[in-house]
Amino acid sequence: MSRKIYTLLSLLIVAAFVLSACGNGASTEAPPSEPDAPAATEPPASEDKVTVTWWHITTDERQAAVWQTLADGYMAEHPNVNIEISILENEAFKTKLTTVMQSGEPPDIFQSWGGGVMNEYIAAGLMKDITADLDANGGEWRNRFSPGALGVYSLDGKNYGVPWDMGMVGFWYNKDLFAQAGIDAPPTTWDELLEDVKTLKAAGITPIALGEGDKWPGHFWFGYLATRICGQEGFQAAASRTGSFTDPCFVKAGNKILELNALEPFQDGFLGATYGDQSTVMGNGEAAMELMGQWAPGAQAGNSADGQGLGDKLGFFPFPAVAGGAGAATDAFGGGNGFGIGKDAEPEAVDFVKWLTTAEAQVACAEAGFCIPVVKGGEAGLSDPLLITLQQTLAKAEYFQLYYDQALPPAVGSVVNDSVQGIFAGTLTPEQAVQAIEDSAAQEIK
Amino acid sequence: MSLPAIPNIFKLNRGTGSPRRLQDNLTIFLFLLPGLILFLVFVIYPIFQSIYYSMFNWKGFGPAEDFVGLDNFKNILGDKVFMIALRNAFLLIVFSLLLQLPLSLILAVMVGRDLPGRAFFRTIFFMPYVISEVITAIMWLFLLNPNPNRGFVNAVIVAFGGEAQPWLGDTTLVLPSLFIALTWKYFGFHMLLYMAGLQNIPHEIEEAGRIDGASAFQNFFYITLPLLGSTIRTSVYLSVLGSIQQFILVWIMSKGGPVNASETLATYMIRFGFVRFQLGYGSAVAIYMFLICVTFSLLYQRLTRQPDYLTGL
Repeated sequence: MSRKIYTLLSLLIVAAFVLSACGNGASTEAPPSEPDAPAATEPPASEDKVTVTWWHITTDERQAAVWQTLADGYMAEHPNVNIEISILENEAFKTKLTTVMQSGEPPDIFQSWGGGVMNEYIAAGLMKDITADLDANGGEWRNRFSPGALGVYSLDGKNYGVPWDMGMVGFWYNKDLFAQAGIDAPPTTWDELLEDVKTLKAAGITPIALGEGDKWPGHFWFGYLATRICGQEGFQAAASRTGSFTDPCFVKAGNKILELNALEPFQDGFLGATYGDQSTVMGNGEAAMELMGQWAPGAQAGNSADGQGLGDKLGFFPFPAVAGGAGAATDAFGGGNGFGIGKDAEPEAVDFVKWLTTAEAQVACAEAGFCIPVVKGGEAGLSDPLLITLQQTLAKAEYFQLYYDQALPPAVGSVVNDSVQGIFAGTLTPEQAVQAIEDSAAQEIK
Repeated sequence: MSLPAIPNIFKLNRGTGSPRRLQDNLTIFLFLLPGLILFLVFVIYPIFQSIYYSMFNWKGFGPAEDFVGLDNFKNILGDKVFMIALRNAFLLIVFSLLLQLPLSLILAVMVGRDLPGRAFFRTIFFMPYVISEVITAIMWLFLLNPNPNRGFVNAVIVAFGGEAQPWLGDTTLVLPSLFIALTWKYFGFHMLLYMAGLQNIPHEIEEAGRIDGASAFQNFFYITLPLLGSTIRTSVYLSVLGSIQQFILVWIMSKGGPVNASETLATYMIRFGFVRFQLGYGSAVAIYMFLICVTFSLLYQRLTRQPDYLTGL
């Protein structure tokens, strides 16, 4: 008798498990479909409830409030649209986005840096072609942006996202420490930079902060040197496989790192240090300069002991010229932030992104200090003299080089970072390092 | 620690009629089914999926189409970094067996005795194991900070007149530094295993030894240690598998760097599979790890003879 109850019970448990398993496992993997040249999305007219999902990585409370205010404003005007914002920390975002991308379900709007990773998503049919939307009404939306910045979010002449920030990498330096060492003007050539490093070193000051454990901060040095020495043609030839990363100019860029490295200019243990360590060292005034993007002042303040950073003591100068290089001294190396549009985005989502990239929205984010505007008129929001300098330097650049680890396919970008770390650590010669990059590029770029 | 012979457990019912037995088996089967389904779906199926993907050049988006046969497996064996990862796994195993486990055993014997305040020490020693691995890693990151103003370890060294060391920033220091953090994290767990083992050893035997004039050392080496055999086997087994699979602590503290100096098999798999979007290649690495673990498990079971039920996981 009790046996019957057992059997019944076990059957019940089994049924429960089987049913619950069926309930969850229904994730359909839609094959990437190539929609042929979609028409411009109609202005949303329907009164149907629409939910727009948006993932961004602006974690700072005050700055995230800017996005929230913009979203609230849009929802007030379009009561049928509900915007669901997920705020994620940078690394968590990358992991989570990769996961949803692999299951073929991207959010409607998400943080994007353009370049190689975005191209992978596009190739897999995970992003929406918004070229027609940009060109609608005589290109009203397209003309808002500076072309260089917009180009980062396009592939083969089609647009899959729009920028909202574009910055550049340059030197952030501690004016007090420079003065203390007797340096009165920032260096304008590579040789002057090396001299200044020696002078600082002689004055007992750590010349440069670097978090090479994270690898990408060191890749800025290599990328900038290569941009100066190889120029636009050199990189584009290598990246498009008409040229090669073993070109002597890339080796020369590696040799320049060795020249610098020989002076032992970095803080102790820099090979294992993170970028957080790097900004701590800078923010506490323990090193004279760092080569970093436009976010550096904020990161320095956030990581410094007093939470203030260097304040007025902080200065900015562009990467110095390298004698005999093919690139102009005004060429800029950097990148920015943008909105990527997922493949299933409703017309409302695209319309909302238009709303997010108005001059007013750009003024708001510039005032909150988390973007260098890319929409004309947005620069009015900049008040920090350093960021204005940076924005003007950027405006002068005739060639804009996207970060190597973003511009190249992820596998190649990661090899660049690994190899450059090898140069800094002295375990790879520049020849071996560029060979590794070339091998990976030959395999990955077809 | 021998369990009763297995068949006895299942002889619930003394009846000999075959319908009765069939019903028994059905019940057993039904009770096992939920676990079996979970096991098949979450363990067995992914293994076969990995085997399938390992034969493709696949980036993880859309269906895998670029069939490359066994190229991934060949390329891995030709990769210097993979060899470094293998070497590091081997070094971690050797260090663990020679340093970590003996240390745990000594501590277990110490706090297992009637020492004053032994409950206190037991708690303290076991504490690191309870803390999450991420927290452990970040804590050690702070402790090992190369700047003596921020890193406690370097501060102590400097205070005694030594020179600050870039623990995690040096290709030769990084692995020993990580090993210290790993030992700190895991010795408590092994200590607990040994303590459980020690409790199973009847006092009478040691007492008899003592009465017969055995010294404390003789007592330990000829009575305690042999009787602890099955526990030690378990602990060695878990330690070796843990070393092969070690990921979180290494990834957070050094990301396998500088320049791959502290790469483990798992960080290698993540770096080449996920960071570089080469999931086919990453799957092949996973298959190698799987083969290494399975081979070790089988060999170990065979070599240590006496089946050890604790290791079933």
